[in-house]
Amino acid sequence: MVEIMTENKFDYFINGEKNKWEVIIGLEVHAQVLSKSKLFSSSSTKFGAEPNTQVSLVDSALPGMLPVINQFCIEQSIKTGLGLKAKINRHSVFDRKNYFYADLPQGYQISQYKNPIVGEGEVILDMPYGTKKIGIERLHLEQDAGKSIHDMDPENTFVDLNRSGIALMEIVSKPDLRSPEEVNAYVKKLRSIMRYLATCDGNMQEGSLRADVNVSVRKVGDIKYGTRCEIKNVNSIKFMQMAIEYEAKRQVELLEDGKAVDQETRLFDTKKNKTKSMRLKEEAHDYRYFPDPDLLPLEIDKSLIDKLKKTLPELPDEKKDRFMKIYNISAYEANILVSEKEISDYYEEVIKQADKKLAANWIMGDLFAVLNKKNISIARSPVSPKNLSILINLISSEEISGRIAKEVFEIMIEKDDNPKVIVESKGLRQQSDPIELEKIITEILTKNKDKVAQYKNGKEKLFGFFIGQVMKSSGGRANPKLVNEILKSKLK
Amino acid sequence: MTDLTNFSIVDLVNGIKNKDFTSEEVTKSFIKNAENSDKLNAYITKCFDEALVSAKNFDKKNISKGLLPGIPIAVKDMFCTKDVKTTAGSKILNNFLPTYESTVTNKLWLEGAFLLGKLNCDEFAMGSSNETSFFGNVTNPFGDKIVPGGSSGGSASALAANLTPATIGTDTGGSIRQPASFTGTVGLKPTYGRCSRWGIVAFASSLDQAGPLTKTVEDCALLLHAMSGYDPKDSTSVNIKVNDFSSNLTEKVKDLTIGIPKEYRVEDMPTEIDKLWKKGIDFLKDAGVVIKDISLPHTMYALPTYYIVAPAEASSNLARYDGVKYGHRSKGNNLIEMYENTRSEGFGDEVKRRILIGTYVLSSGYYDAYYLKAQKVRKLIKEDFDKAFNNVDAILTPSTPSSAFKMGEKKDDPVSMYLNDIFTVPVNLAGLPAISIPSGYDKNNLPLGLQLIGRPFDEQMILNLSLALQKRMNFKRNIKAWWK
Amino acid sequence: MSIDKETIKHISKLARISLDDKKIDNLSKDLSSIIKFIEKLNKLNTDDIKPLTSIIDASLKYRKDEILEGKIREQILKNSPEKTDEFFVVPKVVE
Ligand SMILES: [Mg+2]
Ligand SMILES: [Zn+2]
Repeated sequence: MVEIMTENKFDYFINGEKNKWEVIIGLEVHAQVLSKSKLFSSSSTKFGAEPNTQVSLVDSALPGMLPVINQFCIEQSIKTGLGLKAKINRHSVFDRKNYFYADLPQGYQISQYKNPIVGEGEVILDMPYGTKKIGIERLHLEQDAGKSIHDMDPENTFVDLNRSGIALMEIVSKPDLRSPEEVNAYVKKLRSIMRYLATCDGNMQEGSLRADVNVSVRKVGDIKYGTRCEIKNVNSIKFMQMAIEYEAKRQVELLEDGKAVDQETRLFDTKKNKTKSMRLKEEAHDYRYFPDPDLLPLEIDKSLIDKLKKTLPELPDEKKDRFMKIYNISAYEANILVSEKEISDYYEEVIKQADKKLAANWIMGDLFAVLNKKNISIARSPVSPKNLSILINLISSEEISGRIAKEVFEIMIEKDDNPKVIVESKGLRQQSDPIELEKIITEILTKNKDKVAQYKNGKEKLFGFFIGQVMKSSGGRANPKLVNEILKSKLK
Repeated sequence: MTDLTNFSIVDLVNGIKNKDFTSEEVTKSFIKNAENSDKLNAYITKCFDEALVSAKNFDKKNISKGLLPGIPIAVKDMFCTKDVKTTAGSKILNNFLPTYESTVTNKLWLEGAFLLGKLNCDEFAMGSSNETSFFGNVTNPFGDKIVPGGSSGGSASALAANLTPATIGTDTGGSIRQPASFTGTVGLKPTYGRCSRWGIVAFASSLDQAGPLTKTVEDCALLLHAMSGYDPKDSTSVNIKVNDFSSNLTEKVKDLTIGIPKEYRVEDMPTEIDKLWKKGIDFLKDAGVVIKDISLPHTMYALPTYYIVAPAEASSNLARYDGVKYGHRSKGNNLIEMYENTRSEGFGDEVKRRILIGTYVLSSGYYDAYYLKAQKVRKLIKEDFDKAFNNVDAILTPSTPSSAFKMGEKKDDPVSMYLNDIFTVPVNLAGLPAISIPSGYDKNNLPLGLQLIGRPFDEQMILNLSLALQKRMNFKRNIKAWWK
Repeated sequence: MSIDKETIKHISKLARISLDDKKIDNLSKDLSSIIKFIEKLNKLNTDDIKPLTSIIDASLKYRKDEILEGKIREQILKNSPEKTDEFFVVPKVVE
């Protein structure tokens, strides 16, 4: 038996019976290009349509049908390449990858093999132990396949070609990832960048983002990579992590038993939490790539790249730096606030007129809790940025206490009213008039003479009791700072 | 009454416009001829009833618009035709009914023509004798048991026998020009990218091109005009102005320079062909043309290059015939068995050979040695032509190394069959336009053709030269209708 | 180079064409002569030659991102040898 352990804060190792092993991971992420129509045909890419209703003559590979490329998909992959700080290749080629499958109507997939549209780039990860740079090997455009449905009939497989021909960006990382946590951070970061760019919606439930995971292990200290296995088409981060853990352990066990790891394609069985070999199905795979003679080489004008560069939004890394520098918030807070463009937009809207630190706390605390509970995105937040900023200002100006603010916030969730109006109508404004407060305090001290005596004899814990009584009697509206001061002077 | 089926298209168009005869009369005479000619096996699908309806409708409307008003035309069965069976000469498509119309045929219909039927061809256009069709051999009207050439054999035979006034075929390595040469007709392969490939059953995408087969050079210019043009649905179609080839047609070719490539003087070439070539040179000189000896040094590598590139592309293009979406399907206990049985039963021997060769030359470990090598040689072949066209305006060669041969003669030796295309294949590899025009007869009274090769998109030049030759050749297609 | 029966079996598997032994025998002869024929290219040194990428002197033309097709399921399924109202049907894929 081998055991997975996080040896220290910084690294992830597998302790075998004989050695300590390092896990080497590379990802091939398939990201669906956000576009209206498909890569080489003008049928819709919309999710969830009736089977075979978003299929053109080209998608179903009827005789004589020819591919014509979607300009927007090219622009989307250039933008993504720019977002990954990658080299955009001015010359690229579409190749055919030949194999037979029921949901591959042409008998080949149009992809890019030797000359992809995007070359080397990078993704920066913020790990608890510091930032880490993950290399991007390439990004290429390719067609998605259709869908085979195996469980509708005992003898037959049903084929739906709605997905057939949808544009995918295959983003291949270098083998720079070292743990399931890094994979988690990497996929999230990639997703975040593409969502900022609006080039992929990153919706993993709908299959817009899937990954082939390449895993190998090597003894700590070794330089040479071990033999890798590719786990195909994993469609959630959790499954990626589980598959890596299982697969790394499996490889370590093999190697420690003196056996070899076969280079092969494997599948992750989500019911058994195991990877299994696909070798039988693979038996005759030789993809016979060659340039698609129905298409010409793709030549990209420098002017197009420059034009697209100008349209790029501020991306999470730059935004995070700016937030830390200008808004003076922590790296931790900045990371969370920039993780989604909508969150950072919301935050920046709130702090136009409100305290930056308080705003960060309120968004990451109370607002996220509500959004989580209701399972909605910040773009559909029940509390508008405007009203949240007013609420924060009421706190800053001490018109209401933090506790009252929470009460007001609860009301705002149900009805996005101006918190000022809520405070007025419910009479929640903080009582900061010293004369009024002194009146209440005197009354309470008079009512509790015995406790006052005990306090004066040294039972200082009773101070809290007096505060509680004052707050109770003021309906929670008393200014705690003032109450504190007055009480102290009265009890001297 | 005169036999309308002897008329050229140009004369038919004039006659219909002048109301000398009706579209219905024209259509009926071709139908009558075709119905008596089943022995030639030129038609796979006859659309005679529908054609008659179209003709009557045309006559009723009484307006002659377009380049081909009221003209019935049968086409090679490689063009997808809406609601009309399209087979590509293969069992694997023997029940396929397209729901769409190929761009090229659609252009003909927009010019006023209508479909007369679908013509036999080699299976997936793979063949040089029309002996690979699932629908049987086609006979050359020049003699029983003589092949019409291929792959547009049904088209050439139907045209020569007056079963259609003109036709269109596809040419991947000579499939229009070689059968034209074998049947004494005019056949033109346009520049790659001149005509849309959309809706044409694909054989080899980087080589395929549709083109006209006609009785005269004038008809050829007219049909080419009708079928050419940019198509945004075909990424390899070129956005270039289409000439009115007919109006610009002229036999004034004085002072043009014509190249004679020495590499086309192959071993074992019958002396008759050599004589024919000389005759062509003399006629062109007579028209005022300057003759120049040129060299196309990589010519001998063209056929081996072709037999790597074309099968490689075909092996991939024909992967879609898997019994799932359309066409023939055989039984199988699982998906893979179904595929294997479908393709084994659906494809004929020559198609299988080419798919296997294509699969082989692309397979891992062989790609560089075969496919990549072929693409390099293809570059050299293209550069040969580029250089030649710096010094000449067109190139004259024989169309074929022999006249039409007997059925079965080369059937069992694929390589000797391939050698038939030795003069036509380099043109496809270089993407150039070329025309074959009937130029004489051999000792067996079988027709022979000469080929003119032009610069990219300069079809007009080779049409003009062809016209000058046609006038001087005074070729007569003397066929007795022995098959009726 | 001649092409042996094992190789033919392998490529026929890749090409998804089933062949019986007799067919393989015949093909072995034919394919070998074709391979011999195409290997004439080996006489030519092409080390410094760049392969042809396209016969057309142009770059790829683009299409706009518009939905112009779809909702033609009947047409798409029309020619299928086996189908339901909604799907293409194939024999069970063995995993
Ligand atoms: Mg992969
Ligand atoms: Zn991929």
